Parts: sequence; C-alpha cells; structure tokens
Amino acid sequence: MNKTKQITLLINGRTHRAAVPANETLLETLRGLGYFEVKSGCEKGDCGACAVLVDDEAVDSCLTLTWTVKTQRVTTVSGLGTIEDPHPLHTAFIERGAAQCGFCTPGLIIAAESMLRNDTRDPSLDDMRLALSGNLCRCTGYTKVFDAVTAAARVVREEGGPK
Amino acid sequence: MSETIAGSRRGANVEFRQVGMALPRIDAPGKSHGKTRYAGDHVMPNMLHAKVLRSPLASARLRRIDVSKARELPGVACVLTREELSGRLAPTDIAGQTGRKRLATDQPILVNDRVRYQGEPMALVAAETVVIAERALELIEFDLEPLPGVYDPFDALKPGAPIVQGTDNVVAKYKVRKGDTEAGFAAADVIIENTYCTQFIEHAFLEPEVGLAWVDENEVINIRVSTQVIEHFRFIADAVGVPHNKVRILGSLVGGGFGGKEDVTVEIYLALLAKATNRPVRLCYTREDSFFGHGKRHPFTLTHRTGFTRQGKITAWKVDMTADAGGYVFLSPYVLLYATVAAPGPYRVDNLHVDARAVATNNMFTSAFRGFGAAQACIAHEQQMDEAAKTLGIDRLELRRRNFLRTGDLIATGVPIESAVWSDECMTRAWEALGERTPDDGPIKIGRGVAAYQQSYGRITWLHDTSEAWVGIEMDGTVVVRSGVTDIGAGQVSALAQIAAELLGVHLTDVAVYNSDSSTTPLAGTTTATRALYMTGNAVRLAAEAVRERLLRRAAQEFEVAHGKVDMADNRVFVADHPERSMALKDLVAVCASEGVHRSELVMFRAPFTGEIDPETGQGRVHPDYTYGAQAVEVAVDTGTGEVTVLKSVGAHDVGLAINPDAVAGQIEGGAAQGQGYALSEELRYEQGQLTSTSFSEYLIPTAMDVPEYKAIILESRSGVGPFGAKGIGEPALTPVAPAIANAVADAIGVRIFDLPITPEKVVNALQRLGN
Ligand code: FES
Ligand code: FES
Repeated sequence: MNKTKQITLLINGRTHRAAVPANETLLETLRGLGYFEVKSGCEKGDCGACAVLVDDEAVDSCLTLTWTVKTQRVTTVSGLGTIEDPHPLHTAFIERGAAQCGFCTPGLIIAAESMLRNDTRDPSLDDMRLALSGNLCRCTGYTKVFDAVTAAARVVREEGGPK
Repeated sequence: MSETIAGSRRGANVEFRQVGMALPRIDAPGKSHGKTRYAGDHVMPNMLHAKVLRSPLASARLRRIDVSKARELPGVACVLTREELSGRLAPTDIAGQTGRKRLATDQPILVNDRVRYQGEPMALVAAETVVIAERALELIEFDLEPLPGVYDPFDALKPGAPIVQGTDNVVAKYKVRKGDTEAGFAAADVIIENTYCTQFIEHAFLEPEVGLAWVDENEVINIRVSTQVIEHFRFIADAVGVPHNKVRILGSLVGGGFGGKEDVTVEIYLALLAKATNRPVRLCYTREDSFFGHGKRHPFTLTHRTGFTRQGKITAWKVDMTADAGGYVFLSPYVLLYATVAAPGPYRVDNLHVDARAVATNNMFTSAFRGFGAAQACIAHEQQMDEAAKTLGIDRLELRRRNFLRTGDLIATGVPIESAVWSDECMTRAWEALGERTPDDGPIKIGRGVAAYQQSYGRITWLHDTSEAWVGIEMDGTVVVRSGVTDIGAGQVSALAQIAAELLGVHLTDVAVYNSDSSTTPLAGTTTATRALYMTGNAVRLAAEAVRERLLRRAAQEFEVAHGKVDMADNRVFVADHPERSMALKDLVAVCASEGVHRSELVMFRAPFTGEIDPETGQGRVHPDYTYGAQAVEVAVDTGTGEVTVLKSVGAHDVGLAINPDAVAGQIEGGAAQGQGYALSEELRYEQGQLTSTSFSEYLIPTAMDVPEYKAIILESRSGVGPFGAKGIGEPALTPVAPAIANAVADAIGVRIFDLPITPEKVVNALQRLGN
C-alpha cells in the first residue's frame, strides 16, 4: 500500500503542509500546489524542464521523491525574484531574447543559478555548457542562453554574490 | 551573436522608431519569471484525466475490443471505442483549405477495423486520476490480427504490395516539365548523378501535446489546447458532430511547434470525452505518447541527375523523389509539392524535369515539419552542387554563383521571382564570417561546407489564404491588437505589437495583444508555412494604418496644418516640422472619442489567389514569395572515432526587413541547432513499423554540450511581401543547415555519406571504404 503522510515543505520561502504519498515526485507535488512554472517535458530525467533548486543544487524534480526534500529549501524560477525585483538571470533572459517558446526557460534559469551559487561567477563557455547540459532547448540553439547567463553572471559578480 | 546588414533601408524614406529595434519581446517577462500559463497549466474543479490506448502493431485488423473491465474500475468515468464512434473520421487535411479536394483518406478517430501504423489510437479513457486512467488502459482487452505490412515506400510501389491507402499506395504525385531536358543533357559536358536519403525526424518540442476541454452552459465545447491552428475548430466540430459555432478553441502560448502541432492532436479526443461525460477533461501526453502521437518529418530518397557545361553552367536537371507518407495522408501532398518547387534550389534551371511521389506505408504517418519538403530538397541539391564542383574542378561557391537565380528569372514552376535574390551576398558573408580556418590536428580533420536555398513563405496560393486583425486605441492612449494568431515561440505576437507600436506612435510596452481564441479574436489563419508575420503582420499594419490615418487627420485640424504634416511618436502627436507643437496622444484620443471618430479597425489581408499549377507541367504560381540565404559551417571530424563536432556555424539570410532583429537571430540560431541534429544525431528508427526510440535518451537532439556559438547575419533587401518589405525566416533558418554540415564532413574526410544522419559509425565505415 502506498503510504501517505503529512509533511512540511519550504517552497520559495513559504511553508506548505501537504499530504504526500511516498511515491509522489516533487514535480507532481509542486504542480499540485500550483507551482506551474515547474514544467514537465519527459518525467524521465532527460530534459531538465522540471528543474528546481533543492538548497543550492539544481535537481530534476521528476526524479526526486517529495519525501526526500522535506527538510530542505525548494526554489523554483519564480522564487528567485519578482517582476518588480528580478534576479539578474530573469533580467538577462528577457533582455537577451533567451526565451523563445519559454518552456525550457524555468529549468535553464535554475540550472544557471545553481552554477552561479557554486561559485562559478565568471563562467566560461565550457562551464555553461556543462552546467546546462541536462536542460534541452529545441528553440534557441542555446546561443542567446549563453549570452544571457554570461550577462547575468557579470551582474551577480558585481553585486558581490547571488541573492 | 548576430549582426544586421541593412540594404535599401538606408535609402528608404522612412524612419522607424519601433520596427527594426531589438526590443525584449512582450512575452519575455512572463516566460522568464515562470508566470506564463501554457495549455497544460490549467485545472478545473471536477476535472477528469484522459488517456489514449494505442495499437502495439503497425499493420493489423482489430478483431475484438472489450472495455467492460475498464468500465467497471472504480473512478473510470468513460471509455470510448469504435462502438461509440461508429466510424467517425478525423480530418487529416490543412485547416481552411479552399482548393481542390484531394485523395479522401481521413483517419478513423479510433481504429475501426484496420490498424495502419504503430500507435494508432484504439480507445479513450477518462477517469478521476491519471493513475486510474492508466490502470483502465491495462484492463482493456483486444485481439489484433497481424496483417502483412509494408515498411518501405519502394516496396509499397511494387505490384502486389499490401495496400495501405488508395489503390496503389501513391497518396500524391507532382511533376515539373520545363524546357527540354534531353537537349540540355545533350549540351552538357559533364553529367553528375547521385542519390541522397533523409530520415524520419521528430519535432521534439519541449511541451508535449496537452489540452483541457469543457462543455459550457450554451453547449459550446471549449478546448484550451497547445496548437498552431485554432481554426481546427471546424474540423473538430465536424468530427464530433456539432455545428461549427459550438466549438471554441483557446490557444495558449505554445511550448514549441515546428509543424508538429499543425495537425489536430488531442482536441477531438477531449471534445468527445467532455461531451460524453459533461465534465472538464484534461489530456496531457507523456513524452512517449508524443513520440507516437503526431506525424513526423518525411524521409525522402532523391535521385539527382544534373548536366553542366565545363564552365559550370547548369544545362539540365532531372530529379526523382520518393517520400514515405506513413499510414495516413495528412499533409504529405503539400510537403511533396514544396519539395517539388524547391527541387533545383535557388538556381536558374531552364531545362528541368521533376517526378515526385509520396507513398503510404505502415510506418508512422508523416506531415508538417519546419522546412516542409524544401528542407529535404535542399539536402539533395546542395550536396549535388558540391559533388559537381568537385568533378568540374570549380570552387564550390563560384559554381553556385554562376547559377544563382536573379530577380526576374523563372523558378522551377515557371514564374518569375519578383523579390530580391541575395543568395550570393548571403553565401559570401556567411563564408567570410567563418574567419580563419582551424588547422587539422592529427586524426582530427577540419572541413567546411556551405549551402544555399530557396524557401517559400506564405501558404500555397490556391488555398486562398487570408488573415484578420483588429487594432484599436484605448482612451488612455494604449493600444490593443486582437488576432487569432497563435504564438509558437518565435515571437509572432510580439512582432504584431511592434508593428502596431510603430504605426501608432507608442512604445512596445504600451501594446497589448489578445490572441488565439476562436470565439473572440478575428481569425488569423494558421501559424505555419512561415506565414504569421507575412499575413497577420500585414493585417495589423493595414489596421493600424487606418486608425493612424484617422487620428492624424483629426490632429491636423487641431494644429491647423495640412494633413500629412502631422506625425506621432513617444505617445505624442506633433507637427512634423515643429515638434514643439504637440499634444499627448491620449488627449487626441479623447477628442476623437467625443466626436465619434472610429478608433479601431478590423482588416482582412489577402494573399495572392491563383488557380492550381498545370498538373502535367507543374508550371504556375505556387507561393506568394521566397526567402533566400545560406549557411556556412566548419566541422572537426575525428577520423578515429568518426565523431563530428560543429566548430562554427553561420546563417546569413535576407529577411527583407527584421521587425525584431533579436527574434530573427533567435530563429537563425535555433534553426542552426535543429539542422545540426538533422545532419548528425537525430533519427527515428522504425523496424517493421516499430519505433525503437521513444525517449530523449534514445532520440538525441543537440544539447548545450554539442553546439558552437551560432552566428546570425541578417540582410535586409526590403523587397518581401510582408509588412515593410519583410520576408519570412522561421522555416528558412533550418533549411540549409543539414546539407552545409554534410558538405563540410565530405570536405573534411574526402568522401561523402549520402544518407543522413552522419553518425560516427557511418563516418568510420566510409573512411574504411576509402582506405581500401
Ligand atoms: S520532466 Fe524532469 S527531466 Fe524532463
Ligand atoms: S525556448 Fe523553446 S525549448 Fe527552449
């Protein structure tokens, strides 16, 4: 029988109490709670559209069981900043035209943020390639994504670290 | 990286303020912040979840299907099979087609008797949860009697082959008879003959097919769906058996289309289930469903025979092409037509002979995909040009230069090209942008390739294409555009806003676009065929011009100057020679409103309408206009492992005029990546009709690890039929990429691989053959 228990989750700084079955993925939980910015592109760990930060690491939420993250901070792309107070990655993706259909964008921004938090503040093209290698994008050819991440990294560096 | 090279814009008597600026698209903030709601991001109270049961066999007869156990499962609300549908058909033709009827081979919505491809839908389930729906699929019992199938178009053409469609499996045929090919070959000094093969390709949009349907209080079936074509509502209504005005399609921003969401996907299933249950129903394909759930890119086999003089002038060209249409017709006839028109590429060929056919098999059906037949045509003609250059001992670029079409020359179908043909400029700039050649390094051999193309934009002229848009100005001076156009990620909607902003003197952020709702937005036609900017852009331009004209007339009165002396920009209206004499746009709007001046306009833009081409000669007009350009690449081939790495890749295209250069560059860069996958890594393999790659770990699209920094060079001839002289770029961006890469690999290793994709295994084998 699939056990369900009440757990507490910390998502984008908000606390949620939810009844979660043992086999529920973080992707399902997040979307069930209305975090629709977490996208589902494959549910197999192949595309990265579902990426979120668990503490400071980008993970594929489709491969992560919700029970395993109950003591950690979960951050989606919307948790990094707001329209009024955007994260440098938000601004750079907007200004550099890095989102086309935009379906991959939340995952790409999360993967880039994880790279920046791991102190790769001046990423080379190869650093970016590696950090984003788990995130498929079918629209952009990644060129403007690299532009945007480079621009955001500069701002983060000048501001003295990721927010 | 991108650069824009303006052509006649410099001399043009127009100063643009919004158009031509690389402004952030209006959809960018929502997408970057994760606020954009796609079709799959909506839920409704009391909503059911649907699943589709698919045939595991590619060629079979459905003897029996028993859903009684599935129906008894608690939580199952509805199961539909052929019993309930009594042979209802789903249309497979283009939406809004007004041309001649074609081979009538619509597909049963659910398998009636024959299964024609693996994955053909046999039953629909709606249940309280996805898990229950999946469980219900497992409880459906069925007997499929395997039937002899045919899995290769050439086998399907043989006498006695199993018949999949029609009487002989030929679902479409086209030919071109232009000039005198026999005389042309007789006059040739050299004749080159080769056969090129292309593969099945998956669209691999990141957002799988998804929709949510509900029946409202007026018995209208509402469907919020990820689609390129909201005008499918008519087909859906016919399929379900309700009047056309009782189906409403609400599009959302689409998570990638590339042609894969041009045909109906989940809409009919949703409509049937919502109607049957009277509850909202959601259907979201898994990635695996998506591999089975929509048509693929046609594999083509193209045999080219080309005659040249010693100086490199083409004297005659003969092309024979066969496309695999798969189990149902869908858009194969149109794809084949595009391939026929594009068969000799951007070259002047006075003596041309083309025979083309699309053939049904028991493979997955094939339909629209960015490039739409012209991409396959380009893969062949551009490799053929390189082979010819090698034989003739003429530089590859020079051989192309000697044969490029010029404005006024007759294209394959015998009509003159009216717009600019900047093939040479594009090719030369792309090639120069490769810069210094990377040196070989031991077993790593460097090669370079180039490819040029001709790709249409706008639909076939005998489909009588139209597009409507409404533009209005609000009391506070902000602007509204209403148009049914769908935005599949290329910035279709933002480009419309930029056009309206330009003409009404406001900033891009002052424009709101309401789009893609068949009940409220004027119908704009499909977002396919690289037509959205051309068609709807023109409709918005005309509507905005009409509103502008009325506002300026009233302003001229106000300023007591002649009409024509007033201009508008930055939310103000002013006397052109005396900008200090100005008023706020919103004050002018208030004056207009108080006097009943009409502040909005609804416009229909019509493409040129023609009859069909001559079926015997293939001569006549097919498209409104064509885009020209080129791709140049540099690759490294590891002769030990056979691995190919793209080091540099430059697309240079004459887009007429770039409404938003960043968006245009984005198309060129994205096309470069898709074309690279086409050349090197992507292939859907069907073995006896059975798909062997059903996930992104088996079907390999380019990742960030695989790509160079693409370069986009934008040329602007201002000669297109789109707004302000724009041409289309969505499909053209992809078309020359794969052959440029194939040519670069051949340049690197000295031997050509004639069938895509160029896998490491094929490279190693080719080198071994060369060594022997
Ligand atoms: S949905 Fe999680 S990796 Fe694709
Ligand atoms: S922008 Fe469409 S998949 Fe990346």
